[in-house]
Amino acid sequence: MTPNPSPALSVTGLSYAYGKKKALDRVSFAVQPGECTILLGPNGAGKTTLFSLITRLYASREGRIQIAGHDVRKEPSRALAQLGVVFQQPTLDLDLTVMQNLHYHASLHGLSRRRADARIQEELERQGMYERRKEKVRQLNGGHRRRVEIARALLHNPRLLLLDEPTVGLDVPSRKAIVDYVHRLCSDSGIAVLWATHLIDEIYEDDRLIVLHRGAVQAEGSVPDILKAAGAENVGDAFHMLTREAA
Amino acid sequence: MRVMHYLQALRGIVARELLRFVHQRERFVSALVRPLVWLFIFAAGFRSTLGVAIIPPYETYILYEVYITPGLLGMILLFNGMQSSLSMVYDREMGSMKTLLVCPLPRWYLLIDKLLAGVLVAVLQAYTFLLIAWFYDVQAPLEGYLTVLPALILSGLMLGALGLLLSSFIKQLENFAGVMNFVIFPMFFLSTALYPLWKIQESSELLYTLASYNPFSQAVELIRFALYGQLNLYACVYTSAALIVFLIVAIIGYNPSRGMMQRKGGAAA
Repeated sequence: MTPNPSPALSVTGLSYAYGKKKALDRVSFAVQPGECTILLGPNGAGKTTLFSLITRLYASREGRIQIAGHDVRKEPSRALAQLGVVFQQPTLDLDLTVMQNLHYHASLHGLSRRRADARIQEELERQGMYERRKEKVRQLNGGHRRRVEIARALLHNPRLLLLDEPTVGLDVPSRKAIVDYVHRLCSDSGIAVLWATHLIDEIYEDDRLIVLHRGAVQAEGSVPDILKAAGAENVGDAFHMLTREAA
Repeated sequence: MRVMHYLQALRGIVARELLRFVHQRERFVSALVRPLVWLFIFAAGFRSTLGVAIIPPYETYILYEVYITPGLLGMILLFNGMQSSLSMVYDREMGSMKTLLVCPLPRWYLLIDKLLAGVLVAVLQAYTFLLIAWFYDVQAPLEGYLTVLPALILSGLMLGALGLLLSSFIKQLENFAGVMNFVIFPMFFLSTALYPLWKIQESSELLYTLASYNPFSQAVELIRFALYGQLNLYACVYTSAALIVFLIVAIIGYNPSRGMMQRKGGAAA
């Protein structure tokens, strides 16, 4: 991967409201290449709104979002080309095979047939799913469907991977496999990850944390930084204190 | 390079639609059964009650089955247009619309691709219907089967764009049933699909006016003339204008800063 001086994601002074209800209030942060950043917040904190703005499903009037140096509002195509997303809701076509689903996505990102085949093989093999490529998605369990969605999000080699509570509804081994895999991805390939969750056990020692509550960033930094700022002994307590104090 | 990307995306969207179509054979059959029931039963029953005078493009007295065939082609396109917008509301609720909208191509282009893919499926159904009708002795001149193609495509695009427009303003799947009642049925019955305009005028001037301004009437007339190798210029211009208007409003509806995603977000927040 060629070095890029700009952060994989930079959010500056971002605000958003649904009518009079403020969902995000002057949110600013950055995610660097190779960094796994956990966006931690209770339900309704504004995580999904933030993701919808980064993916340009909504447009913000206040603030700025840049993906690998490209402004989402001014250069949407360039910005979105650097972005891979795993949405909270499953988005695979259940009646199509794994391959057909992935080819559909590859074509949306302009990959040629040959390139798509190579990339699909690479990504599915990394997750031990290549043998199941000809199966219909309906036949896969929830954990395997999520793996396919992660493979899909990576097909076009994005610099930034967004995951919106990707492990919700999965059993413990599937959850662990996905959490491990994404963390490995950060350290091995240098991709930047922004992972939204409210599950404390998905956080690793060397992750960066952003605690979002009521649409505002309550704390940001490494795990030790957050513990120190909150005066807590573990992330669970810190999260509880940070979100309770602000409530 | 950029052009290639646009073409790849079009290919991908069309391929996906065709695959879904192949996998949903029931949908194909039910889409065909509907117009066939109208042709075999309704038209047969009404054959004697409705006398149809000689009107262009027909040159002789015709059977009622022959008269309503273009209307039933229109019905296939209308239901398909609405069905694909239904699938968009479904896609949006299920999230797969999001994966389409976050790909790095202009949104208007993605919507037009989606529209084209839907029309392709509808045209395949229309030709299957024409084939069955042929064996039922409802036959148009041979060249008509070729000249009707552009008319089917244009009408399909117009009705698909209408579906797209509706899908951009419908928040949830449940609301769609209402649209069927308020859009499909009035559009179909207030048109020239089942009876010619002069016949409507005999009963009500108001209904006549509504039917003549109904874009679906114009689409049906465009198809009717094209099936007999003739161009109905007025219907063609009217259908094209309706297509442009519906498409522009639909694209505005899907604009991230003011469209449906925004309002839907309001509910989800």
